[in-house]
Amino acid sequence: MAKSLGPVKRKFSPWTDPTSVPFIRFENITKRFGNFTAVENLTLDIYEREFFALLGPSGCGKTTLMRMLAGFEEPTEGRILLQGKDLAGVPPYRRPTNMMFQSYALFPHMTVEKNIAFGLEQDKLPKAEIAARVEEMLKLVKLEQFAKRKPSQLSGGQRQRVALARSLAKRPKVLLLDEPLGALDKKLREETQFELTDLQHTLGLTFLIVTHDQEEAMTVSDRIAVMDKGVIMQVATPAEIYEAPNSRYVADFIGDINIIEGAIVSNSGAASGGVMLDCDGLKIAVDQECPASTGDRVAYAIRPEKVRLGIEPPADTAVNAAAGEVYDIGYLGDFSLFLVKLDDGRIIRAAQANIQRLVDRPLTFGDRVWVHWSRDAGLVLTR
Amino acid sequence: MKNARFDATVLTLGFAFLYIPILILVIYSFNASRLVTVWGGFSLVWYQQMWSNQGLMDAAWVTARVALLSATIATILGTLAALTLVRFRKIPGRLLFSGMIYAPLVMPEVITGLSLLLLFVSLNVDRGFWTVVIAHTTFSMCYVAIVVQSRLLTFDRSLEEAALDLGCPPVKTFFRITLPLILPAVLAGWMLAFTLSLDDLVIANFNTGPGATTLPIKIYSQVRLGVTPEINAICTILIGLVAIGVIAASLATKRNELRRQRDEHAAAQG
Repeated sequence: MAKSLGPVKRKFSPWTDPTSVPFIRFENITKRFGNFTAVENLTLDIYEREFFALLGPSGCGKTTLMRMLAGFEEPTEGRILLQGKDLAGVPPYRRPTNMMFQSYALFPHMTVEKNIAFGLEQDKLPKAEIAARVEEMLKLVKLEQFAKRKPSQLSGGQRQRVALARSLAKRPKVLLLDEPLGALDKKLREETQFELTDLQHTLGLTFLIVTHDQEEAMTVSDRIAVMDKGVIMQVATPAEIYEAPNSRYVADFIGDINIIEGAIVSNSGAASGGVMLDCDGLKIAVDQECPASTGDRVAYAIRPEKVRLGIEPPADTAVNAAAGEVYDIGYLGDFSLFLVKLDDGRIIRAAQANIQRLVDRPLTFGDRVWVHWSRDAGLVLTR
Repeated sequence: MKNARFDATVLTLGFAFLYIPILILVIYSFNASRLVTVWGGFSLVWYQQMWSNQGLMDAAWVTARVALLSATIATILGTLAALTLVRFRKIPGRLLFSGMIYAPLVMPEVITGLSLLLLFVSLNVDRGFWTVVIAHTTFSMCYVAIVVQSRLLTFDRSLEEAALDLGCPPVKTFFRITLPLILPAVLAGWMLAFTLSLDDLVIANFNTGPGATTLPIKIYSQVRLGVTPEINAICTILIGLVAIGVIAASLATKRNELRRQRDEHAAAQG
């Protein structure tokens, strides 16, 4: 693997181009197991060379969706198209997809070499070509000196690499990754995340990753689909998902966020005053186009790092500001999370980067403070 | 301390009760005297005599062939039964089937033997070598099924899915992935079936016919005419074979279990 300086963001966004044809299309997919509906009427397009993440809590149907693409499950309704061809009835051993399993599923009675060669042998490639490809794969995952070992003689990180090499050996059109990094420790996981993106750029393959770890999804993918109870809540780039979640669910699932319930007082469009909210006495103004009308119950969502914190009151204390006292402090090294208890009892989370060293920290428990934010810091959620 | 001595005594008595009769038989098989109960010095003469006893040797040969054949057939059928019971959870009456597979374990042998005899008689099948093979296959199959079933329950299905995913069709997947991994259990099942067939008297007695006298039947009928040191000799060999079979089967299971534990341990350590 050529060592580059981490992943370079590509100018890659086929989903915004109406003329581009999706590589994989899930069309009105429903999957039921007995009375349980794992996936419900789901439609999703994934484009060629995209690194796509299915993100959601366990039981949200993301793994089922991936297993349907691999051919281990048949959809109850709807169809899956790969390059325009319906995959219905095509068994897993004839699909141009390969999967890296959560448990790695390495064959314990075969050496690393044999594991990687397994898929190639099924294609009845000439021996020399198989050997060459295996060597190339071992080099790719930096495991050349482990070729003759059995999986039980490898560490978790090495096994994960073998599993990756094995699933890449056949150069599948789509690589499916089922919680691929779940079993690794944090440092190794972060390293591998960057290697995965590198690898995907180098090989130019389409990757579909299933994960419940939002950080992992944000780091590696071009687009994320956030799923809940068999339904897709939002499909967007990591930045859009984080900065412009379309619902309370997505906002809450991705990262840390303050959600303040309230009602719309006035709504006159972003250009002329924006939305005014009344949240049980706390007045909030937002520059945003919003489909809701006066009186509707909505939620105001703002990330902790966008909440400003200070001892002095801001210039305008009538809107987007409240006084309270420091209730708890979470020191996380790179930044500190302040829990501010407002005078009305509400708790607002404000994050502050620890630019100065800890000894100089000016705020402590019980201090009277002001929290305030700008009109474009948060957004109104109607769902 | 007192407790420890009590435990040791109980253990010794228990083992003595179990093994002294067998030990006596083994010792007397090396007796030089023709009288079974009088020690006349060490000798291998009965082992030599045994070899030249045509009736005994024929019976031994029949037993060996029956055991090999029935164990092999029982292993194939038992493994298939185990696969079906573990894998196809949706077949109707699965619970009934899995209960039924244990039935021969607790069924009195007399009843198993008699019912098979009735079957063969009603089908008008001449009793002989093959009916004994069939009878032994039926009752040892369930032992194989149980041994293999317990292995399959802990088998990681994603290994098979991985093979399918890499382009390997289902039947080939079974022979390349599943079978090699459950092989120790299958072999243990075979060993068990083999030894069960080797020492079965009751079921064989019901279903045998002319020219298909197994060793246990032969021994039993000879003993009625008086115990000869020759019988002791052949019994000693039989004991040896059965012991080796049982020990090998349990060692295979044990070793496999140990290896799995070690692998799991290694995996946990990363």
